[in-house]
Amino acid sequence: MSSKLLKGLVYASTLFTFGILGYLIFYILFNGVAYLTPSLFEWEYSTDNVSLMPALITTLYVVLGTLLIATPIGVFTGFYLVDYANRNNPVVKAISIATDTLAGIPSIIYGLFGFLFFVVYLEWQFSLAAGIFTVTIMSLPVIIRATEEALIASGMSIRQASYALGAGKLRTLFNVVLPVAMPGILSGVILATGKIIGETAALIFTLGTATQLPQSLFASGRTLSLHMYILSNEGLHVNEAYATAVVLLVFVILINGLSTLISKRLSRGGK
Amino acid sequence: MSTQPKIKVENLKLWYGDFEALHGVDLDIYEKEVTAFIGPSGCGKSTFIKTLNRMNDLVENVKIEGTVELDGKDIYKKKTDLNLLRKKVGMVFQQPNPFPKSIYDNVAYGPRTHGIKKKSELDEIVEKSLRQAAIWDEVKDHLDRNALSISGGQQQRICIARALAVEPEVLLMDEPTSALDPISTAKIEELVAQLKNDYTIVMVTHNMQQASRVSDRTAFFLNGHIIETDTTRKIFTNPSEKETENYISGRFG
Repeated sequence: MSSKLLKGLVYASTLFTFGILGYLIFYILFNGVAYLTPSLFEWEYSTDNVSLMPALITTLYVVLGTLLIATPIGVFTGFYLVDYANRNNPVVKAISIATDTLAGIPSIIYGLFGFLFFVVYLEWQFSLAAGIFTVTIMSLPVIIRATEEALIASGMSIRQASYALGAGKLRTLFNVVLPVAMPGILSGVILATGKIIGETAALIFTLGTATQLPQSLFASGRTLSLHMYILSNEGLHVNEAYATAVVLLVFVILINGLSTLISKRLSRGGK
Repeated sequence: MSTQPKIKVENLKLWYGDFEALHGVDLDIYEKEVTAFIGPSGCGKSTFIKTLNRMNDLVENVKIEGTVELDGKDIYKKKTDLNLLRKKVGMVFQQPNPFPKSIYDNVAYGPRTHGIKKKSELDEIVEKSLRQAAIWDEVKDHLDRNALSISGGQQQRICIARALAVEPEVLLMDEPTSALDPISTAKIEELVAQLKNDYTIVMVTHNMQQASRVSDRTAFFLNGHIIETDTTRKIFTNPSEKETENYISGRFG
């Protein structure tokens, strides 16, 4: 009797979750697809034609720029914390706690910090650089945590096997541990990518909201999410905002698909 | 039987934090013999075998006193090259732990680590090691298969081949058959009898019959002490200590 109840509950929860997700996607597509006109993809933005192309490219800039900085730093921090640091060292404990805390801070706080530090103090103005650095700090905890978990999950046993053959730490890490941990690390990077793409609060004060494509690292721009937020906020182009949401959705699905593919390749070909 | 011990351990003490796991152990291990460590769980035999290639260095808060000499040189000296030590003193673990790589890459890992790059040379080492580990015939047609896809007993022999591929002088085996079925166990025991012609073997075992079958010399551990060391025949037929006799005859442990 109780197992039947539980089963029902499980199905209901699943239905609920997928129902909401399905409704969300349907709602966005329903409202957005009709407004996905070719003019929305024109290179120039104007007040008459709120093209999302500059925002789309800026999003790519921000994502790539951030990953370029955050991935090596985050992954190497993870290496350090798991395979090099002494867990009982107070400094290491502090880093661990800081990482957890950073992960839980609302993004608007990052935005304010980025504004005060990069935009005002370093005088970078609203710029691509300020935006990238701010979301870099934001995505670090995600990448560090994922790396740590993947490294720990790869287990002590294969490390011991490698050390016992006379391999050093670095060789063990790169040749034995990393191939096993790679899919986990990658999923952290994907999670961070998702976070960056969806970010608005931290970017509005750092990247700014300029409508044109930034011509240098120190020029302002807007990402797709910001573009969408502003369009719907202004209330003049709500339909185009929905269309932007459709593009954003496709973008995220593409990135997820691609990274799943890469991660499968990696774990299959790990030599 | 050579008179000069290959490994000479003197007054070795080991602490995990505040817990003293080894209380001043003395032991001589002779070349081209099989030395077995027996004793109940938690007696320190596994801890002790790991001091011989300094695998305990990987455990946090371990403190070690005393000396372990390999060919007359103390391996706990500061300037000891750990990688070189572990190349000389290989190890096979309790659980088969092949890398999630191909069989070939598993065996070639050690030689590659120590700088061998030529394909022909690696091919030769891989074949020789797999033959020595008595598994060549079973895997020669699919060396590119993932080592995790074969049976546990085969995996353990791959691990032995992997350890042999770096041409160690001493091979440490920490309960190498405790996770295996009886047939695989028999195969590994046969293998050990073969290998002792070329290698010095140290083996921890839970299984007293195994110790009596494969070893030349046996050390009986109890509560972090070595109670008695002697030839295996002597230990199993006419031990000097009461505690050894009690353990051998199954009165505890």
